[in-house]
Amino acid sequence: MTTLSTGRMNRRLATDKVVKGISTTFAVIALVLLFWIIWTLLYNGLSAMGLSTFTNDAFGRPQGLMNAIVGSLLQVGIATVIATPIGVLAGTYLAEQGKGSWIAEAIRFVNDVLLSAPSILIGLFVYTLIVIPMGRFSGWAGVIALAIIILPVVLRATEDMLRLVPTQLREAAFALGASHWTVVSSVQWKAARAGILTGLLLAIARAAGETAPLLFTAFGNPQFTANLNSPMATLPVQIFNLTLSADPSSIALAWAGALIITLGVLALNITSRLIIALGQRK
Amino acid sequence: MADAVFHALLWASGALVLLILGAMIAMLAYDGWPALRHFGVAFYTTAIWNPVTERFGAASMLFGTLVTAVIAVVVAVPVSFGIAFFLTEVCPQALRKPIGVTIQLLAAVPSIIYGMWGALVVAPLIAAYIQAPLVALLSWLPVVGEVFAGPPQQFSVFTAGIILALMILPFITAMFVETLESVPAMLAESAYGIGATTWEVFRNVRVPYGRTAMVGAGMLGLGRALGETMAVTFVIGNANRISTSIFAPGSSIASVIANEFGEAQSGSLKLYSLLQLGFALFVISFIVLAISRWLVRSRLD
Repeated sequence: MTTLSTGRMNRRLATDKVVKGISTTFAVIALVLLFWIIWTLLYNGLSAMGLSTFTNDAFGRPQGLMNAIVGSLLQVGIATVIATPIGVLAGTYLAEQGKGSWIAEAIRFVNDVLLSAPSILIGLFVYTLIVIPMGRFSGWAGVIALAIIILPVVLRATEDMLRLVPTQLREAAFALGASHWTVVSSVQWKAARAGILTGLLLAIARAAGETAPLLFTAFGNPQFTANLNSPMATLPVQIFNLTLSADPSSIALAWAGALIITLGVLALNITSRLIIALGQRK
Repeated sequence: MADAVFHALLWASGALVLLILGAMIAMLAYDGWPALRHFGVAFYTTAIWNPVTERFGAASMLFGTLVTAVIAVVVAVPVSFGIAFFLTEVCPQALRKPIGVTIQLLAAVPSIIYGMWGALVVAPLIAAYIQAPLVALLSWLPVVGEVFAGPPQQFSVFTAGIILALMILPFITAMFVETLESVPAMLAESAYGIGATTWEVFRNVRVPYGRTAMVGAGMLGLGRALGETMAVTFVIGNANRISTSIFAPGSSIASVIANEFGEAQSGSLKLYSLLQLGFALFVISFIVLAISRWLVRSRLD
């Protein structure tokens, strides 16, 4: 009896050990993957990067990424300026007035779908909405596509963060006779500031790395331009086009672009996490 | 007065979000309609995609989309499950946060990077070290052998599935961890109290408690894999046909749109067919996302 149950105990302990070992291995593999990607980018990207990468456009000799870097900054920047107020207001609507109303429930559902919908479909949508009526690909079409990427992330972050603000704060403000607007703008938004900013940074990072919605909207442009009415380059689309070329120097430049965009996106992500971590420490 | 304006603004912003998705559905349905009218339901059952003869059918892309997404989920879910076990039970407390965050950063890497890295670095390795052994091991089997037959190809449905698995892994892991951490500590502690091992508590207490939300997380991963464009475009091989072997090149709805939309003439049957494909992709993702959302929320509420 004793030997039998010790045998069973040993087997249970052995299973426990084996499963722990396998799960640790999986976690190590995932960590190795991230470092492998970053190492590949650093190894291939740094050697291809030079001053001309930042000063020449794709027609330059040697060709560079300046047109794409400026295009990305411009389009992501304007898209952020357009999408942020709408996202914050709509998120506030859900948090403030969205209890039990069917329209709020519908907005919440639609927003979740937009958040996870294939981004190439946003490209098709903006193509029929803007590119066809305008008669050409344009930086503006790219801006609208990116704004639709950013909007649902900001909306979700705003609603979630406003819900975390203690009820006592708003009740105290209302008791002092403050209007709804004053309560929201000076109490609610202020308290949720860090969380909303975090969501916004993540949204910007996501938009900056998007390729699919820009293929048929901003399209790309080998020549430097700051004119949003003309086709405009972005880093991801330019990387895509460079990779399709058979020329080794184009592929090398694509790695340089990939390094820039990945470091930028990771920096935004890490910053947003630092904001959360510092906020929790206080 | 100020409040009235403020309320109107809030409401209008919310309504705008509804309007955007509504317009998106309406436009995709409307724009792709000519293709459906021309080919009928056969559009979804034929696997011919020939711009020269103007014959377009969606079957091979539907097939490629589903197969790559299913491979991705089948590979990613068990690994995510293992990592979630590691992060919630095995890992020393001090390392949980840093390791969790690092895995989350994998999700932040843009899909074009996964595509480049997948095509130029990983695909040759997969062909040599995963596909070749699988072919040697399984291709002699009767029916199953067909699926693993053929010479290993760098760019294939299988490679696309593996890259997709890497991309959805961090999402699924994060949702698993979040669900498992919401299990009441009392339940786990009472199981430990009667002498259960860590793994037994995990398998018999924590996982059953969070099962619905975990299935929802898997579905969300599936939804993401279905619509992922750039990474797949790089590694799937872009062949518009249905092959019985997962080691043959194929195409997905998203990859075909990315590759061919730019060269489609406006007003052409090809353009309408691509837009109809877009609508199909939207409907499929919508259904998967709606189910996953329902599963995740029903647990958390």
